[in-house]
Amino acid sequence: MKYKDYYEALGLPRSATQDDIKRAYRKLARKYHPDLSKLDDAEAHFKELGEAYSVLKDTEKRVAYDRMGDQWRNGQDFQPPPQWDEGFEFSGADNQPGEEARFSEFFDALFGGARAGGGRASPEWKRQAAGSGQAEGMRQDLEDAYSGVPYSTPGRDHHAKVVIGLEDAYRGAQRSISLDTPVLDASGHVTVKSRTLNVSIPKGVYGGQHLRLAGQGGAGFGDGRAGDLYLEIHFRENGRFRVDGRDVTIDVPVAPWEAALGARITVPTPDGAVEMTIPRDSAGGRRLRLRGKGIPASGPAVTPGDLYARLNIVLPSADGDQARAAYETLRQAFSFDPRAHFSGDPS
Amino acid sequence: MIESRTAWLECLIVEEQVEFTLSELCRATGTSEDQLALWIDQGAIEPKHASESEGLRFDGVSLRRVRTARRLARDLEINAAGIALVLDLLDEIEVLRAQLLRR
Repeated sequence: MKYKDYYEALGLPRSATQDDIKRAYRKLARKYHPDLSKLDDAEAHFKELGEAYSVLKDTEKRVAYDRMGDQWRNGQDFQPPPQWDEGFEFSGADNQPGEEARFSEFFDALFGGARAGGGRASPEWKRQAAGSGQAEGMRQDLEDAYSGVPYSTPGRDHHAKVVIGLEDAYRGAQRSISLDTPVLDASGHVTVKSRTLNVSIPKGVYGGQHLRLAGQGGAGFGDGRAGDLYLEIHFRENGRFRVDGRDVTIDVPVAPWEAALGARITVPTPDGAVEMTIPRDSAGGRRLRLRGKGIPASGPAVTPGDLYARLNIVLPSADGDQARAAYETLRQAFSFDPRAHFSGDPS
Repeated sequence: MIESRTAWLECLIVEEQVEFTLSELCRATGTSEDQLALWIDQGAIEPKHASESEGLRFDGVSLRRVRTARRLARDLEINAAGIALVLDLLDEIEVLRAQLLRR
């Protein structure tokens, strides 16, 4: 298990006040919130922040954490000393249900429910945490179901993310998706149940959209129908294609003479290669549209996307006498000044 | 809960093929009706249409919007007016990013 430096996560010294902690957390939370930040690691960063804050904002947990000492470094191998929390008196924890389900192993070992139980009196937070996690929703469903009214309740709607390739959006795909769902067994224990869903990814879906699988969410109670499962679509990182809605852009390297004289070239798309014509006298950066060659329509009510080929003029290297002679010929053939209007005066 | 099966499950694209009633949208996003009403009042979430017989109807893109609103409200303690502003600014950023991509 790796030690987590919660002070480092918030960029604070160990002497920080509770107000400092709140301020630092809020500032960083705005910066790294996955809905606000486009940084690749925003989500992971935000989770770390949440974990650090959930411990440090709670004075009792903070004291217990501090008691571990400050000789530990972030990421160092760590085992909590046996009975490290003995001798503390804790009041009820104020963890939001499900909040700590996404926290680290380090957090679980210290403040989670993993070690709870046995004969020893454990702090309130452990007893609470043992029964919470994502199954909280299900517990609530059970309580609703057994409280009499309403006897029948529909199951909860569940959400998951699924990563697909761009080519899957072009052709449609069949995917086996593994989902871990917390389940409450007959004796009231929470277990994680894995299930695999075989899903037909419809052609024409694109990143950021959601798929709804009717009846694949939480089970209903009584006559209540099962909830639905929503899958949020993400495209796998693709170095070659950039996607905006259904429009797809690709940078196409072209030789100067192809751009100048025009050419027929072959351009890859996520669904095979297409032929296209470069008009003569094309400037670098020109975007050529291949209508309808973007992500296809998902149905008759929508229009398919376009593929944009952006011309990137690549100069052959001038190493070698022959190449230099060719450039020299070019220079002499044109009276070309690329900086003819390149002065500081506004014109 | 249905066990794994060999048949391929068909699904709908929410943004294009699904409409929500008020209670469906609340259930799908884990939001209370009271909370959603505040966001609607601020114009953060806009019903597609409202009728006497069917009540409010929302189009599929509302799912993403309400989920974002809910996360922001929960994680950053943003009130309804703030949520409306943030969602509008996020829309604007998305438009600008797309323009950047197109250059």
